[in-house]
Amino acid sequence: MMILGIESSCDETAAAVYSDGRLLSSVIASQADHVAFGGIVPELASRAHERVIWHTVAQAMEKAGVTEDNVDAIAVTEGPGLMGSLLVGLCFAKGLAIQWNKPIVGVNHIDAHIYATYIDEMPEMPFVSLVVSGGHTQIFYVERPLQHKLMGQTRDDAAGEAFDKIGKLLGLEYPAGPEIDRLARTGDDSFYDFPRAMMKKGLDFSFSGLKTSVLYYLQDIPKLEQEKFLKEHMADLCASISAAITDVLIHKMRQAIRSTGVKCAIIAGGVSANSMLREKAHKMAGELGVSLHIPHPVYCTDNAAMIAVTGWFKMKEGMTDDLHLKPYARHKWEKVGIGG
Amino acid sequence: MRTILAGERFAARLQPGDIVLLKGELGSGKTHFVKGIARFFDIAPEEVQSPTFSLIHEYVGSVRLYHIDCYRLNKPEDAYEIGLEDYIYSDGISLIEWPEKVEPLLPDNCQIVEISHISKEQRKIIIHHQV
Repeated sequence: MMILGIESSCDETAAAVYSDGRLLSSVIASQADHVAFGGIVPELASRAHERVIWHTVAQAMEKAGVTEDNVDAIAVTEGPGLMGSLLVGLCFAKGLAIQWNKPIVGVNHIDAHIYATYIDEMPEMPFVSLVVSGGHTQIFYVERPLQHKLMGQTRDDAAGEAFDKIGKLLGLEYPAGPEIDRLARTGDDSFYDFPRAMMKKGLDFSFSGLKTSVLYYLQDIPKLEQEKFLKEHMADLCASISAAITDVLIHKMRQAIRSTGVKCAIIAGGVSANSMLREKAHKMAGELGVSLHIPHPVYCTDNAAMIAVTGWFKMKEGMTDDLHLKPYARHKWEKVGIGG
Repeated sequence: MRTILAGERFAARLQPGDIVLLKGELGSGKTHFVKGIARFFDIAPEEVQSPTFSLIHEYVGSVRLYHIDCYRLNKPEDAYEIGLEDYIYSDGISLIEWPEKVEPLLPDNCQIVEISHISKEQRKIIIHHQV
């Protein structure tokens, strides 16, 4: 079964073709050959989606070497995201569905991050998944395909946003996540004990307090010494901040795994590329005896391969939609407590 | 916590269609203030998360709240790309963090909330209405 996936929920316009365990193509407009798109594609796409979506989909089909006759269904992100952006992808997908006479499958963007793992592997269900990116920090319990229960989520900033904004406070360029990760590798993670928030309060997260505590920490350094101090200890601070964020993520994930008794865990989303998080996650998985799966970094940030593979799962479960499919900006998951 | 209470009290004066500009440096408590506004309109404060990455969050309670964050925008025209005017000229209430980034595109009759640090435990919140 072959699925064309289309993603346009936020910054990226993307299209991909997936067929039974094999990804045939994955095109992201902002990273593609700009000449074919008639100029630079802005990083902040949104309404720019409509200018590039045609080329993006055409390129995905061409790279996969397939035609509409080969495609069995069109999967498209229905939410959560920016309404204007989602509408572009959704309307385009509907147009194709009518013209090609194929079923359409609406895909939840966060679900898709979880299923990105299945592009290369086949993790066993049930599992616990941490979705951690610039916009999301959520833990799900996945019992069987597309049966997701939310176990915890951030109450303010996403973990990736904490990295990005704290880096900005340190004088790094926004978004600073990858740079903090690089610097942290040579730093002392016990240099300063930044707060680990909500460690004893269920599986929800809070990262805005950490941001504020870094701000106060820096304010307490006399202005004249600040530059020298930051120069000497940038790596130590990056390591200490990374430790604070990753300790909380791993602690909550450990709790989620223990309380559900799963044998498999997945970390998805852009922050899963963070090396300290990966290291701690592997150590935790070893201690708990669970198999850990992290998608290839190219499938951790927004892409359409994950939309296509999730659409494939939905088709297998017989979950198709029709042309009434509507976008949604927000989504509320069924929430479960731990231990129950 | 008191920032949330301040937001809740401030919300009592808001009407559908209002635009609130939230000014203040990183970590001053703008998102917390929004949590208070949300609570006033029967939206659970924990539903309110930072929209920095997603740009716009919509919350539905007794009114429709648009929580908009312009932090990632590089130039005012980017506001057109995210469809800003669809939100601010609607019947919902628009709450805009980092409005400085889109200042030239905003109408005159906005309410302005300025939050600044006095100390670690204290914030100063100045509220004024543009005319």
